[in-house]
Order: sequence, then C-alpha cells, then structure tokens
Amino acid sequence: MEPAKKIDHSHDEKTAKPKKNPKKPKKFLRKSTKEGLSGYLFMSPTIFTIGVFVIIPILYALYLSFNDVQLLGGIGYEFIGLDNYTRTIDDERALIALKNTAEYVLIVVPVQTCLALLLAAALNSNIRGKNAFRIIFFLPTVTSSAVLTIIFMWMYNPDGLINNFLQFLSLPTYNWLADPNIALKSIMIMNIWATAPFFMVIYLAAMQDISDSVYEAATIDGANWWQKFIYITIPILKPVTFFVVVMGVIGTFQLFDQSYIFSGGSGGPNNSTLTIVLLIYQYAFKSLDMGYASALAVVLAIIIMVVTLIQKKFFGEEKLHD
Amino acid sequence: MKKRIFSKPFIYGVLILYAIITFIPFLWAILSSFKPLEEIVSGITFFPESFTFDNYAQIFSREPLFLRWMFNSLFITACMVFLNIIFNSMAGYALARIKFAGRKFWFFLILVVLMIPFQVTLIPSYLILKAFGWLNTYQGLIIPGMVNATFIFMMRQFFLNFPKELEEAAQMDGLSRIGTFFKIVMPLAKPALAAQAVFIFMSSWNDFMRPLIIMSDEEMFTLTLGLNTFKGQYISFWNLIMAASTLMTIPSLLIYAFFNRYFIKGVTFTGGK
Repeated sequence: MEPAKKIDHSHDEKTAKPKKNPKKPKKFLRKSTKEGLSGYLFMSPTIFTIGVFVIIPILYALYLSFNDVQLLGGIGYEFIGLDNYTRTIDDERALIALKNTAEYVLIVVPVQTCLALLLAAALNSNIRGKNAFRIIFFLPTVTSSAVLTIIFMWMYNPDGLINNFLQFLSLPTYNWLADPNIALKSIMIMNIWATAPFFMVIYLAAMQDISDSVYEAATIDGANWWQKFIYITIPILKPVTFFVVVMGVIGTFQLFDQSYIFSGGSGGPNNSTLTIVLLIYQYAFKSLDMGYASALAVVLAIIIMVVTLIQKKFFGEEKLHD
Repeated sequence: MKKRIFSKPFIYGVLILYAIITFIPFLWAILSSFKPLEEIVSGITFFPESFTFDNYAQIFSREPLFLRWMFNSLFITACMVFLNIIFNSMAGYALARIKFAGRKFWFFLILVVLMIPFQVTLIPSYLILKAFGWLNTYQGLIIPGMVNATFIFMMRQFFLNFPKELEEAAQMDGLSRIGTFFKIVMPLAKPALAAQAVFIFMSSWNDFMRPLIIMSDEEMFTLTLGLNTFKGQYISFWNLIMAASTLMTIPSLLIYAFFNRYFIKGVTFTGGK
C-alpha cells in the first residue's frame, strides 16, 4: 500500500507549482506555451480514446437508460423517465440474476481470500522451491477464461474426470453442468481455483515486506507459528485483505465469460447461472432492448463504484493511522 | 525468517497438493488432445494409450477458419500491445514530467476512469462503433482499447522517479521533447514497458466479451470466440476441443515462461496501487 501514499503527496506538490507564475517574463511564457503544446501532444491519443470510448459512452448510457430505444432501421429514442429503472423491480429474471450474483460474490470472495492468504503464508515460510510453486500456482491466471471454462466443462462431464475421481473415493457424484442446484457452484469452484493465486501473489508481496524483528520479539515470548500468524501477520495485513476483498467483490460482480460459455449464453439450466452482466448482454444484444439494458448497467456501475469508493475511504483512514 | 515451525513436511504437503490441483486440469487437457476419439468416448484413461497428433491436423481441416482466427487474435493483440505501450507511456510521461495547463484535471480523469466498470460503456460503445461503421473490423476492437488507464497510472509513477538529468542533458543537446522521449526515455523504461506488454498481451489475447459484441462475422472472430464456436459444433469431440484449447494457450504459456518475473511485478503493482 506504500505507493498510494507517495502518489497523492507528490501529486499535490507537483501540481501546485505551475500555477504560481502567471506574470513571468515573456521568454518563460513562450517556454510554458511550448510545454503546454507538447503536453497535449503527448496526451492526445489518450484524450481522444477516453473521450470517445469512455466519457461520451457514460453520458450516452445515462441518456439511453431514460429512453425506450428502438433499433429497427436507424435508432429511435422515446423518453420514458425512470421507467427502465422501476421496471427492474418487477423483472423476475433481474431478481434471479441479482440473487445468483450475490450468492456467487458471498461465497467466492471469502473462500478465495482465505485460500490466497493461506497459500501465501505457506509459501512465505522458509521453504525450498518457493519460485517453482509460485510459477505453477500462477498458471490459471495467464490462461484465458474461455479455455479454462472449456477444460472444466469437460472435467465436469457426467462421466468425466471429476465424477470418476469422486466415484473412486466412493463419494457421491453430481451432474455438475445440468443440475440447476449445482451449476453455479461448479462455476464457483472453477473460479476460486483460477483467481485465488492472483491474490496470493499480492499477499505474498505484502508478507515479504513485514520486518523480521516483529516476529523475533514474539518468538522470544514463546509464540508458535500459528499464534504469530493469527496475532501478527493477519493484523498487519489488514489493509491488504481489505484491498483483496474489494478487488474480489468487483471482479465477481462482473462474472460473465464463464457463465456465458457454460450455458451457451442462456444462463441455464433454469436460469441458475444467469448473472447481472449476462442479463445485460442478453437484453442489449439478444432482445435489442438497449434502454433497459443500459439502466441495468448503470445500476451495476453504481454498485461497483460505491464499493470502490468505500475502499478508497478506508485506505484514506488507514493512512491517518500510521 | 523464524516463522515456520508449523512442521515443514506439512507445509510442503499442502503446497505440493495444491500444485497438483493447479496442474491437473492443464495436464488433462494436453493429454486428451493426443488421444484418438475412441479413447475419449470409451471412458477414462488418464494417459493416452495410442498417442496421436491427428487431432491437431483435424482442427484445421474441419474448421478452415481456425487459421484465420489465429491470425485475427495475433494481429489484434500485436497492435494492442504496440499502441498501448507507446500511448500509455506518452500519457504517463506527460502527467509526470510535462507542466501543461489542465494536467491535474487529466490525471484526476484517469483516476476516475480507473473506477468505472467497462460494462456501463459497453452498449454505448457498441452504438458508437456501429455509427462509425467499425463493427466487424479490426479497428473496432483495437482503437477503443489502445490506451489503458491502469498502465497510464503505472507509467506516471514510473516516470516520477525517473532521473531528470538525462533528459536535461538531451534537451541541452537540442533534442525536442518528442526526440528526448523516444530516443532517451523510452529505451531506459524497458522493464516497465515489458510489464505493460505482458499484461496487455494477456488481456487482449484472452478477451472474450468485447470481441463477442463487436465481431459477429465468423471471419472476424478472435480465437476465444472461435474456440467457443468450435466447442459448440464438435461438442462430443473433446479430443479436438482440447487440442484447440491447447493451441490457444501455447502463446500465453510461452510468454509466461520467458517473462514471468514481469507478471509478478505487474500483479504486485496492481496490489500496491
């Protein structure tokens, strides 16, 4: 978390300077004009791209969300006020998508965070082959979600690898893909497996920054590994954990690829893998109901931005404490 | 480092078990890609009994577009990496080093953009691309993604700590800002550029949702979309699907094998921000 502090300070200092000298001699003015020009020259690709494909779209999305949008031939708008927003309340599929997404977030985030923390702790103990383990653990992170989903779908087949293994252990087998009570859990297992290592790397980097002297004092007092982990490591890592949880919430709220590939775009079986983003996609690009889809997207964006802002606020408070 | 004691064999056991759990899906996919269909259908053999390369040949004969999809993915990804490296660095450099009016505002805007989930811009961006006539084109995927707020931010941090003396010397020698940037600054920024490059490569190569929306013409599909279509068409031919999945993953694995320290750097940067 260190860099975040430095950033804000340096930013304040640097940006305060140029405004001080409005009445400098002409030579300086010429130089500052030149600086201004090269500044905008360097920024121009960014300003263009962010302007056309982020800022305008945000305003456009808000506009769309207040309209009934017709896409036949050209594009037609009819202002309908908040109707798109109130419509979500009676939309059964929106409620199902919200429920699925919430369930997904509430299970995946805690599990992947704990797993990441434990793996990082294990890797951070004095062992050989730390790098080899880290390289292997990180593999799912570099593989595309499409490939991972397809590999898991095959392992989840009724007579696939996983059921065979469970049978071998005399455990009950499941219809991982087609049972509406199981399908979302199949995606959860896959994604915990795929994302925990990413957060593990973040935890590991933070753990390596903890000074040894902290632990030495505890060792003298006779604390064992587990006590040190619970009473020293976890409290010190609190800001990192907060970051990992927030990142996890943001990521899980945006679940799409896996649900789409898993269900062939339908969110099935029986809407059990329907997520908010998949629903937005279906409304926008299958039913061509872009006004309503935009309203849903705006709601999603607000949820995610609130989560992000809460994170920023907590980080701000953490800063005051040190 | 005296914080172990929790019996070393136990920790090794946990790590090795998790390494196996991580590795098995990949191993299973690769092994299956070398099995003939009979072996796939007839049940479970973990290692292929009759080893064959035929599945890889069959992908291309059954799906003539597969090569095209590979080309599309490679071309789009190469352009994305190239443009992002240049444009993100330029913006990061300007925000860190050039004193221009409105710098504070643009930096603030970058921070705001970082918070915005891309789903909210998806539908309007689609309509804008449609108005430009850019649906089903390479530029439709490349241009909207040619800068990235995260990496602009990263490059700004990088250039804030960059030694000033070199640039000043270059400017004394009469080099312009642009000359200094491309001839002096960029070559010295290689580690940061490499970290950027691997991440842009991964996100572009693996992207699913943006191509899904922008490319509806099968000829313009990227490999991720193509793979999904291929899976749909050959749903019980898991040997072929696994061969195709393996092919798609090889470039990522190669890049990861050669540049893995930059991945770790990139992730810890994301974590530290």
